[in-house]
Amino acid sequence: MFDLVVFIPRVVAQSIPLMLGSTGETITQKSGNLNLGIPGVMYVGAISGVIGAFLYEHSCGGSAEAMNPVLTVLIPLLCCLIGSLLMGLLYCVLTVTFRANQNVTGLAMTTFGVGFGNFFGGSLIKLTGSDVPSIALSATSNVFRTTLPFASGTGTVGKLLFSYGFLAYAAIIISLAAAYIIRNTRVGLHLRAVGESPATADAAGINITKYKYAATCIGCMIAGLGGLYYVMDYANGVWSNNAFGDRGWLAIALVIFTIWRPDLGIISSFLFGGLYILYLYIPTGTNLAVKELYKMLPYVVTIIVLIFTSMRNKRENQPPASLGQSYFREER
Amino acid sequence: MDNTIPAVALRGITKTFGSVVANDHVNLDIRKGEILALLGENGSGKTTLMNMLSGIYYPDEGQIFINGEEVTIQSPKDAFRYGIGMIHQHFKLVDVFTATENIILGLEEKGRLDRAAASKKIQEICDLYGFQIDPQRKIYQMSVSQKQTVEIVKALYRGADILILDEPTAVLTPQETEKLFAVLRNMRADGKTIIIITHKLHEVQELSDRVAVLRKGSYVGEMMTRDTNPQEMTNMMVGRQVTLNINRPEPVNPKPRIEIKGLTVTSPEGVLKLDHIYFDIRAGEILGIAGISGCGQKELLEAIAGLQRVESGQILYINDDGKAEDLVGRDPLEIQHMGVALSFVPEDRLGMGLVGNMDLSDNMMLRSFRDGRSVFTNRKQPHDLAEKVVEELEVNTPNLSTPVRRLSGGNVQKVLVGREIASSPKVLLTAYAVRGLDINSSYTIYDLLNQQKQAGVAVVYVGEDLDVLLELADRIVVLCGGRVSGIVDGRTADKNEVGMMMTELGGSERIRAMEGEGLA
Amino acid sequence: MHNKPKEPLIHMSKRKALTWYQAWGIRLIAIVIALAVCAVITSVTTGLNPFEVYATMFSGAFGSSRRMWILGKEIAILLCISLALTPAFRMRFWNLGGEGQILIGALATASCMIVLGDTLPNVILIPVSIIAAIGAGAVWALIPALFKARWNTNETLFTLMMNYVATQLVAFFVIFWEVPKGSGKIGIINQSTEAGWLPVIAGNRYLLNILCVAAITIGMYIYLTYSKHGYEISVVGESVATARYVGIKVGWTIVRTLMLSGAICGFTGYLLVAGTDHTLTTTLAGGQGFTAVMVAWLAKFHPLGMVLSSFLLVFMSRGASEIASGFSLNESFGDILTGIILFFIIASEFFILYKLHFRGFSRKTEKNAENAASQMKETPSAGKQSGPAGSDNEEEKREDSANV
Repeated sequence: MFDLVVFIPRVVAQSIPLMLGSTGETITQKSGNLNLGIPGVMYVGAISGVIGAFLYEHSCGGSAEAMNPVLTVLIPLLCCLIGSLLMGLLYCVLTVTFRANQNVTGLAMTTFGVGFGNFFGGSLIKLTGSDVPSIALSATSNVFRTTLPFASGTGTVGKLLFSYGFLAYAAIIISLAAAYIIRNTRVGLHLRAVGESPATADAAGINITKYKYAATCIGCMIAGLGGLYYVMDYANGVWSNNAFGDRGWLAIALVIFTIWRPDLGIISSFLFGGLYILYLYIPTGTNLAVKELYKMLPYVVTIIVLIFTSMRNKRENQPPASLGQSYFREER
Repeated sequence: MDNTIPAVALRGITKTFGSVVANDHVNLDIRKGEILALLGENGSGKTTLMNMLSGIYYPDEGQIFINGEEVTIQSPKDAFRYGIGMIHQHFKLVDVFTATENIILGLEEKGRLDRAAASKKIQEICDLYGFQIDPQRKIYQMSVSQKQTVEIVKALYRGADILILDEPTAVLTPQETEKLFAVLRNMRADGKTIIIITHKLHEVQELSDRVAVLRKGSYVGEMMTRDTNPQEMTNMMVGRQVTLNINRPEPVNPKPRIEIKGLTVTSPEGVLKLDHIYFDIRAGEILGIAGISGCGQKELLEAIAGLQRVESGQILYINDDGKAEDLVGRDPLEIQHMGVALSFVPEDRLGMGLVGNMDLSDNMMLRSFRDGRSVFTNRKQPHDLAEKVVEELEVNTPNLSTPVRRLSGGNVQKVLVGREIASSPKVLLTAYAVRGLDINSSYTIYDLLNQQKQAGVAVVYVGEDLDVLLELADRIVVLCGGRVSGIVDGRTADKNEVGMMMTELGGSERIRAMEGEGLA
Repeated sequence: MHNKPKEPLIHMSKRKALTWYQAWGIRLIAIVIALAVCAVITSVTTGLNPFEVYATMFSGAFGSSRRMWILGKEIAILLCISLALTPAFRMRFWNLGGEGQILIGALATASCMIVLGDTLPNVILIPVSIIAAIGAGAVWALIPALFKARWNTNETLFTLMMNYVATQLVAFFVIFWEVPKGSGKIGIINQSTEAGWLPVIAGNRYLLNILCVAAITIGMYIYLTYSKHGYEISVVGESVATARYVGIKVGWTIVRTLMLSGAICGFTGYLLVAGTDHTLTTTLAGGQGFTAVMVAWLAKFHPLGMVLSSFLLVFMSRGASEIASGFSLNESFGDILTGIILFFIIASEFFILYKLHFRGFSRKTEKNAENAASQMKETPSAGKQSGPAGSDNEEEKREDSANV
């Protein structure tokens, strides 16, 4: 029907932001924090990276030769991590220290984060004085998109397996590592205990606040990387306002879809990535309207999976028991 | 033995919450290798005192000595370091974890997480004291008594020498209680020190070496268990002479009110909960229902009240004119209007029947808010009812607009039972009405039930304390694994006989299977 | 040996309930601080002095009678959505699907106006569109409600996903009915005939909208506070087990309440299409379905309080967009300011529910304060965040509070 060799790399590229977002959110939720601010965090992560890259490119006078490849990667990466970390801290201060309602805090963070991204994105666009409403950081993007040297020479298999930038491989490694840590280590055990029953964890001497802060901040940083990948790799370094769209919400949906398992998240992200862009590959002739209906697919599939998991109602597949609730020791 | 250093010595311990003094200069010695029973009414400060030993609260004043050394205990971790482990009334366990994972939770051992090694060590502890648990099993699949075992093993795994148990038998059956006591005696033989908080005086006599009594936050006195008796202990707790006998007036003109014929109930998972049971409930008497946890009492009451789907069988409601109507298939509201009231006190006391965040009037309205055709609620009548209940049952509350969540357990239960009685029912179903109550409050409830009985109401009483059942009920239906294993006369029945009937009937396998379902 | 540990530097405890004016006082302080922070940020980015910034904001919201009317219209819309979500929230059903329910209502309205605009007179067309919008919104909310009632399916995510399904559905119809072909836009519907448009009353285009929402506000207040349905909603929200036990049909209550929630959202969609915009786009709701969640929460799900909280948020965004356009900043600047103010208000709730004790602060003063607080009349709304009741020491604590 269509060319899989073209389709699959597009799917993978599409899935990486979702994968990073959902892995980050899974870690966060395991600590009992339902962070609906992830869409905002991903915007902030992306724009922070863009600002860093923009400033560095300009300090080098815009010539790709003058740029040190290591710094070209490190500066946006660090900016992105710091930006998302700050968002994570904000969320934690409000929900963990101040025990605010998590849903409301998350939504406010999304409003703020998306606004933050679009504001600075828009300001940068204005600074460059370009005619199109976007900025292109192609020099930085080229470094982010550098593939393994032998990728081009290995034919179809190489194209399918080796044609991605380093962040794509990092995403998979992060997800696998997160799955391992959550399931098989003491830290993971304690983290799950905090999310399931903070009173129990507290009585066992686990520092609830520390775990919630750490899990949420790390989760936000991972999710922020998803935003960075989107701009630097998927979008070829082009930032345009609102282009990231609703991927942040899809990432949250993926967490439930994967029943809180980052390893399943890898496969599920591929699936969602595929569904997300399927409409581009289904021939609909001149009828553009039908394409809009195909774009529903990932959401409809999420709903169906949601219904099926709730019908099966297996104890192990439920969200962390204290998800969404704040913990106050003297209230037990 | 008296001249050795005590395992724990408390000196002048004081703790206040706001303006309320929970403990007032308490002095208490606990000797090595003894079982000490700590007695006191609700609110007498027993749990608070023990929480200071286990690191949950920090005393405002006073000193704690462990084996003669003064120590400061600021957290549960500190308590573990001094070998103190506390088993709380509400278990601190993670439901989706296995027993092993719960037991090793929070321990900072070196090296990677080795569940297999931990399981082995747990098994060794179990073998030593005679516990029976499967370390691989998830907590949500366990019965209440198994969960409690996990808690005790958790304390021992951390090297506890001093074990505090807060009302450990409140949720156990007589058989499970026996098992627990056997294990505790093994532990005492092994040199462990045990403090047990309880309301049940016969257990104090059966198990403990020594008794200490608290009243209103102050230490009242202590004595050797063998030198005292329930009457003396009660008087010390309450601070005045109390009669310990439950009234049992003769049944008034008993006649069948509900006939249960071949009632069968299965859970949504397809497990048989009630298996063809037959008996009748009579007006003017108290019918007790005995059985171990998960034997089908809850399903039985819920089936009568219309809250359970009935597989087969009939529940016939006999009207005053002798006409019988089947309750099966009717919705709860209709059954309620026919005069069947259910007051079920769940483990958390508030989960069923009351809304914690609503005030007394609004809670009174739960039963009656639908009355009348108006789309709006009538607030006057529930307000009056709340006033009446508060006055007649002596509910201790600042005012009627206090959320019931803020009332103490006894008062919550009075509100619940009071509301059910206020609907002047023909049938009053009560389950665990005295759960966790002290002696005074319990007697208030017994009196209420007796009044209802004398007014010709058919009262069904499901209780966990067999002694009370035998003193209160006119007849007792014994359930075992979802079947009726016998119906006995409350005045002549023998405790051991009833205890046997609760576990016999060749249903032991099924009971185990049902426990596996995680009924608790 | 008296090495008693020092008291922790800061210790917090739960307050007994504050009076409403104390609570609003704290919120007001938070808003003032937030405005100050916003002013600093704005000054840094624009180089203006803060007073000028506020003057600009103020004139953006109240500067002319036209601006006041726009302010009123926007408050009405946001308030209407918040009111729609409130019954669901009171039932602890997190309806994040306001956005989708509005869009579906708008789609139904637009369909009626486009398809029936030439055949029916306005007297019939308007009621038909209203019914269609309300019905569509109700059905859209009914779907997740049914699954919640039957299988306890997570409603937060379900309603969220329904938003996107609705968006795509609207996108489909926008292209289906696009005018002119290939533009990807519907344009103003029935521009020449104004068929299906809400009439202009008393010379003002927005007045009817505002009056409708005012009526809904009062109606919702009465419904939630005094009706039997409202009582059932509260009971189900507090404890499903108790609701079942007293014979409330929980499933039906969820379904009924969500249909009401969706119906009002659908009606908001109607107001947007027939009352103000007269067109259909995928961004018609503009994220207000989410903003409304915050409006409702800020007012503690109290319909009358929402008038204030929606005013605050609309005022902020109108003011911020005025700054943005006045100083040629990006329009997203408003979102940043709104976010900052929300963060401060969210944080202020902490100081309403808890109090801090600092080391060295005289114990006596503290105790007096506590006594004073406990003598104050307790309102049932206090302690929203209470955990599961009935643990070991809570029993004694509860006794304590009852004895006070």
